[in-house]
Parts: sequence; structure tokens; C-alpha cells
Amino acid sequence: MKSQSRSTLVRSLALHAVLIPLAIIWLFPLWMMLVFATMPDYGIFSPQIELLPSTHFLENLSNLQADTDFIRALMISVSVAIVYTILSVLLTSMAGWALARYQFVGKSLVIAIILGTITLPYFVVVIPQFIMVAREFKMANTWIALIVPPLFNSLGVLFMRQAFSMMPAELFDAARVEGVKEWQIFLRIALPLARPTMAALAIILFLASWNNYLWPLLINSRPGMLTAPVALGTLIGLTKVSWGGIMAGAVMLTAPILVIFILLQRHFIAGIAAGAIK
Amino acid sequence: MQLRNRAAYGFLAPYLMIFATFWIWPIISSFLMSFQNTRVNPWVFSLGANWGRLFNDPAFYNALKNTMIILIVQVPVMITLATVMAVLLNSPLLKARGLFRFAFFAPVVVGEVAYAAVFRLMFNLDFGIINKLLNSVGIPSISWFAEAPAAMALLIIAVTWRWAGYNAIIILAGLQSIPGDVYEAATLDRVSKARQFIYITLPLLKPIILFCVILSIIGSMQLFTEPMLITNRGGPGGGTETLGLFLYRQGFTSLNFGYASAIAYTMAALAIVISLLNLWVGRDQK
Repeated sequence: MKSQSRSTLVRSLALHAVLIPLAIIWLFPLWMMLVFATMPDYGIFSPQIELLPSTHFLENLSNLQADTDFIRALMISVSVAIVYTILSVLLTSMAGWALARYQFVGKSLVIAIILGTITLPYFVVVIPQFIMVAREFKMANTWIALIVPPLFNSLGVLFMRQAFSMMPAELFDAARVEGVKEWQIFLRIALPLARPTMAALAIILFLASWNNYLWPLLINSRPGMLTAPVALGTLIGLTKVSWGGIMAGAVMLTAPILVIFILLQRHFIAGIAAGAIK
Repeated sequence: MQLRNRAAYGFLAPYLMIFATFWIWPIISSFLMSFQNTRVNPWVFSLGANWGRLFNDPAFYNALKNTMIILIVQVPVMITLATVMAVLLNSPLLKARGLFRFAFFAPVVVGEVAYAAVFRLMFNLDFGIINKLLNSVGIPSISWFAEAPAAMALLIIAVTWRWAGYNAIIILAGLQSIPGDVYEAATLDRVSKARQFIYITLPLLKPIILFCVILSIIGSMQLFTEPMLITNRGGPGGGTETLGLFLYRQGFTSLNFGYASAIAYTMAALAIVISLLNLWVGRDQK
């Protein structure tokens, strides 16, 4: 019994001896983001090793604002992410409900097309999307251009379909006997029951929109209509630019999402895991 | 019954309109475009303008080579790391589980632009913390951005940092779905922990790990933001130009949509072939 507990102790020590350094390496870039963001530019480009945060965060933020209208870019990013998330959850919930709970002509075709194309590279569609939105609809540099095209994402359809198809049929049949209309069954019974799945989906979609880079870079290039990642990205690689400012911007992009992550870790992880394991 | 099912079209229609416009039609459209010379007005059918050119373009082979090197090195390294993370996080002996989970999973939510900026500073030749730390243990500075092999290594490090935790989440979920009594039985039969891992855990995890591999291949195949922002548009001198960046340059800098479409379909074909190859390698031998 005693040797048992000793071997457990040894294994526990070995476990932590591997995990602690690995965790420190993994947290290091995030820590350095904070350090750089609070340091004046001469501190970032000094020959000393600087590992502790300083106090110049607000100064850096105002330097960033002088380089690009970052506050406006943040506002655009927040608004786009919120509207996109709401619309996408609603649209994909409705589609998922239809595919989970009804028999109709074309159903298996729709499912086959969604499943068959979901892993295609985004680059296959981005060129026609750009031509369509920028040249044919003439809608570059608009809110609609930022929000509507990315709504094609079919992950939510599969996600919600799964949730709806696991609900017991009696629930809905009972309501139908009472004469409740189909859309009321969806809104009043099905959607409230699917709330945890919708929450996990909403988090994933919000994150995707918030961090989206390529599409906003292509379609909204006019100053004043840039999203926050694009605004920050245009500064990277310029010579006369405040790096402390860029890092303050990186913190502004990362900190809110990290807070959400900490608060809603379970939903986050459920979303990623469930998206993978169908 | 029939009437009720008709409601389905109403629920499906709004999403389907978006899906057809911004997903299905573009898939068809870029396929057609890849057979058109888009540098003349109006566009005309031409097999040579894009597909003929592609297979004779040294820049394409350079981007293909870079993408493949990243794939072949980065995916196995990352999946191994992710499996280690997941197995260790799953250990009942672990203290401060939440803290470790945060450390590994946090990069998953960090945006590409934000982490690209940090990595550029950290790996700066003269002032970067990485070279300073290397110097302090007697290793000379590495010029991460001026030499192609170092720049490739930097991209691989960056992508691994960003995505290992994501895969660890998926593998951890897989681990937790293995019923505990399997291990209890093995322990009663005095099978060592190491053998339990090799003979029970790994085979049961195989489909999930395979899924992660395929997902990572598809992701790394499309690598764009990192070489764009970290190594400064595929620098040095195209040394880290990936297929995604090559496509971006052709499609959106030179505005040659037909050629960019051919590159996109090459990418898609490669992703499909490699995924099928993986499925074939990982098939159940019976």
C-alpha cells in the first residue's frame, strides 16, 4: 500500500514536471503581449531583457489611435460580430430545424451538398464572392458586405440539426394535436430547449467574426470602414509606426475574448468538441 | 401530414438563399473561371491561360513546396503535442487543472492578427526576447525573418502554438468518452499504465486523432494570415510564400481571377487527396 502511494507521488511529480514548463511556454506569448502593450517603444526596442509590464498602456493606445482610427474599427468589429452572430444562429437554427424534423422533397440532397462541401477551402469561394459583392452588387465598404456573405457558414446547420433531432417527438406532436402552428412550435418549444447548443454555437460564431481577417481585408479597404483586425494588420510592416500602439491594439482585440473564454469556458469547449465529434 | 411538412421549406428558405448565393454558386463560378482567360475583356475560354500556366510557373512550385514542408513538419508535431496535452490534462493526479487548461486553450481564441504582431516582436533579430534568451544561454541570434529556413521554422512554431490547444480540446473530449471500466479491468489484470495507453487508449483515440490530422491538413493547406503578417508577405523573397498567399497575390494584387481560381482548385484537390490518403492509412485493418 505504501509503495502504491509512493509511485503515485512519483507519477504526479513527473506529470507536473512536464506540464508546468509546457504551460509557461504556452502562456509566454500572451504574457509578452501584455508586457509590450504597456511598454514605451524605446523599452520594446532596448537591448535589455524586459519581462515585466510597465505603465504606458494608455499612452500606447493613444499612439495607436494616432496611427489609425482604432476606436471606430473596434466599434465596427463589435457591431458586425453581434449582428452576424444573431443572424447566423437564427438562420442556421431554422434550417437545422427543417432538416431535423420534417420529411420533404430535396431534404437528403440539401444534407448531402452541405456535408459534401463543408471541408472545401474557403479560397475556392472567396474570389467569386469578391467579384459578386464588390463589382456586381457594388457593395464594397458597406456593413452588409461585412455581415451577409459570411452567413453561408453551414457548421451551425449541422450543429442545430443534431440538437433538434435528439428531442423527443411527443413534445411537438402534443402541441400539434392542440393546433399550435409549426412556427410557434419552433419558437416556443424547440428553440428554448436548444438554448445550450445555441449558446455554444453563438460563441464559436462570434469568435470567428471577431477574428475574421481575409474577407474584411478584401471587401472593406476604405479608411473608416476597417474592422479592428484589418486596421491593426495594415500597421504591421509599416516602418514609422508605434509598436507599443500595435500591441495595445492586440490586447484590446484579445482581452475581451479571453474574459468571455474564462467565463464561458464550458460552452466554448463544448462548442469546439461537439463541432468536431458529430 | 403533407401540409405540415411543407412548413420545412419556409424554415429552410432564408438560409438556403444565402448558402446558394455565397457558397454553392461561388464553388461553381470559380471552377468555370479557372478555365477562362480573365485578363482580357470579355473573358474567353482558355485552357492554357491558367491551368497550362500553373504547371509551368516556378512561383507555384515554390508556394506548393513551402506549403508541403509546413504540412509535413507542423501537423505531426502539433498533433503529437496536442495528444500529450490532452492525456496529461486528463490525469486524475493533476492539480490546478483549470490553470493548465487555460494555458493551452487560450491561444485558440486569440486572433491571427494579434498573435502575428506578438510573434513578430518576440522573434525580432536584435530586440526580440527569443534571441535575447538564446544569447543568454550562449546561442547566437537567429535571423528569423531574413533566412528562409528560420522563417519557415518560425511559421511552424507560431501555427503550432495557435492550434495545438484546439486539437487538444477535441482529443480530450475523445479521451473522456472512453468508459472508465475498460481501464479498471486492465488494472485488475495488472496491465501497466504505459501498456494501457498503447493498447487501449491510442487505438480507441485513433479515429479522433485522424479527424484532427485531416482538419489540420485542410487548415495548414490554407495558411495565409501568418505568412502575410508574421513573415511579411511570404518573405524573405518568397521563402515562406504559401499557396494561400500566392493565390492572394495573383487574385487580389494582380487581379487575375482565373489564375487564382485555378490555384484555389489545386488547393482543394490536394486537401481532398491528402485527406483520402489519411483515411486509407487509418482504415480498420480487418
